Amino acid sequence: MAVLLIAEHNNKELRPFTLNAATAASQIDSDVHAVIIGQNSADAAKQLSELPVVKKVLSVEAAHYENFTAENFAPVIVKLAENYSHIVCSANTFGKNLMPRIAAHLDTSQVSDIIKVISPDTFLRPIYAGNAFATIKSNDAKKCVTIRPTSFDPCESTGGSAAIEKIDASEEFSNTKFIKREEIKSDRPELGTARIVVSGGRGMQSGDNFKLITEIADKLGAAIGASRAAVDAGYISNDHQVGQTGKVVVPDLYIAVGISGAIQHLAGMKESKVIVAINKDGEAPIFSVADYGLEADLFEALPQFMEELNKLNTIQK
Amino acid sequence: MKILVAVKRVIDYNVQIRVKEDGTGVVTDNVKMSTNPPDDNAIEEAVKIKEAGKATEVVAVTVGEEKAQETVRKALAVGADRGIHVKVDGILEPLAVSKILQKIVDKEKPDLVFMGKQAIDDDCNQTGQMLSALLNWPQATFASKIDVKDNKLEVTREIDEGLETIEINVPAIVTCDLRLNEPRYASLPNIMKAKKKPIEEIAASDLGVDVSPRLDQLKVEEPPKRKAGIKVANVAELVQKLKNEAKVI
Repeated sequence: MAVLLIAEHNNKELRPFTLNAATAASQIDSDVHAVIIGQNSADAAKQLSELPVVKKVLSVEAAHYENFTAENFAPVIVKLAENYSHIVCSANTFGKNLMPRIAAHLDTSQVSDIIKVISPDTFLRPIYAGNAFATIKSNDAKKCVTIRPTSFDPCESTGGSAAIEKIDASEEFSNTKFIKREEIKSDRPELGTARIVVSGGRGMQSGDNFKLITEIADKLGAAIGASRAAVDAGYISNDHQVGQTGKVVVPDLYIAVGISGAIQHLAGMKESKVIVAINKDGEAPIFSVADYGLEADLFEALPQFMEELNKLNTIQK
Repeated sequence: MKILVAVKRVIDYNVQIRVKEDGTGVVTDNVKMSTNPPDDNAIEEAVKIKEAGKATEVVAVTVGEEKAQETVRKALAVGADRGIHVKVDGILEPLAVSKILQKIVDKEKPDLVFMGKQAIDDDCNQTGQMLSALLNWPQATFASKIDVKDNKLEVTREIDEGLETIEINVPAIVTCDLRLNEPRYASLPNIMKAKKKPIEEIAASDLGVDVSPRLDQLKVEEPPKRKAGIKVANVAELVQKLKNEAKVI
């Protein structure tokens, strides 16, 4: 039986992690179908049909799908599930919210946040904030699997031409009403997919001081991250949080500034290729995962860092 | 309004866990255990709603071995009225826990069920959503703000893109984010008082729920270790290393 991928999108276009989830799905079985549930989402459906790994697209549109409410999405997928061996989507807030609702309806024990497909029924997943890896074999007839997007490369996005089949909408779930979404718009790269991430922690001491980070991020074309302590303190909004209960990032370069390195933060960034820690406490645990540690006062180090970056540019020019 | 709050006993969040040498799991003997952190937020929120006169009773429930009862006792010490301990040994998957909680909901008939958004041991992030599916109730996951309005809740949810606000009709499930509130500490007199509050013990086997695992945990291992890095003397050296050695800028 084929694998069913749940596409994540914003009604206009696919969200980037759909491509990572498609890769994971194709590692389970080469026969991947994808379902897209939305409203006026034909363009996103077309994009989905162009992913070479996707063999067929199932598309359903209705007003009550406009805001991706799990209570409305789950019945559509549960109905489709009889034709599929696996249901797959990303373990981001979209998939975390939705998949368990599907799994419970199917009486299936979900496998969350896998980082590797070992075989169609066996997966590797981090537990205890990534301090242990568990190999899990699912014995359920139908398997519900969420994948850690940063552990799978995005699939090719063009060249495919899967058929798009319209399917029927399910009834509206009337006890949940969407009110609003406050998306923080930014010209910077998305945190989850950025090549470079510059993150600030409690050591930044104020939201204003984050401009030291912003400056460097803009210079490097980097996304801005934060520890939970910095978000809790109100220095920066929650969508920047990196860690066990925030986002997991795997950039080429992660620069942690004024972050002590609690287990929960390390869970979200320690797979980064190169890690830099700037902290005035030489004993801070962040240094244990850093490739390059600089023991310094960040309020002196960051302006110097900016200066050095500017110098590099001058030389290049 | 009656609020049922589910709490789980986990290895304390400050403990650096160790993987067992035989690969069967992590070491739990002589390791400090605590309530799963966001479950503390769930209890706190329920107690605050009761203190605001919008709830009449807060019931704390846990599912697990003998010692799991400590988490219910702690919930009682910070303001829950009574407790329920569903006793069961061995590995419990979120699906099994949600089926047990469904039975408790049938029995207790709460208007709201709160719990943490994720347990920090298995990091599954499933139980609340599964329970809400089984009950066909609305779900507000990753809640960082809850406004109780008659028979509705307005909930702000933390999502990857920022914040989302939804309105859900009661009865409903809410899974709580760490930013929902600041859990209080139990005072000594309240800890003493909590010892007198009732905890009902129920054997999971009496609930008629199949809790047998569906997943085999074949192996638990240490993640690959990062090789030790170096300390640089100054910013100039750092930038040179990033440019010429790591080649990332």
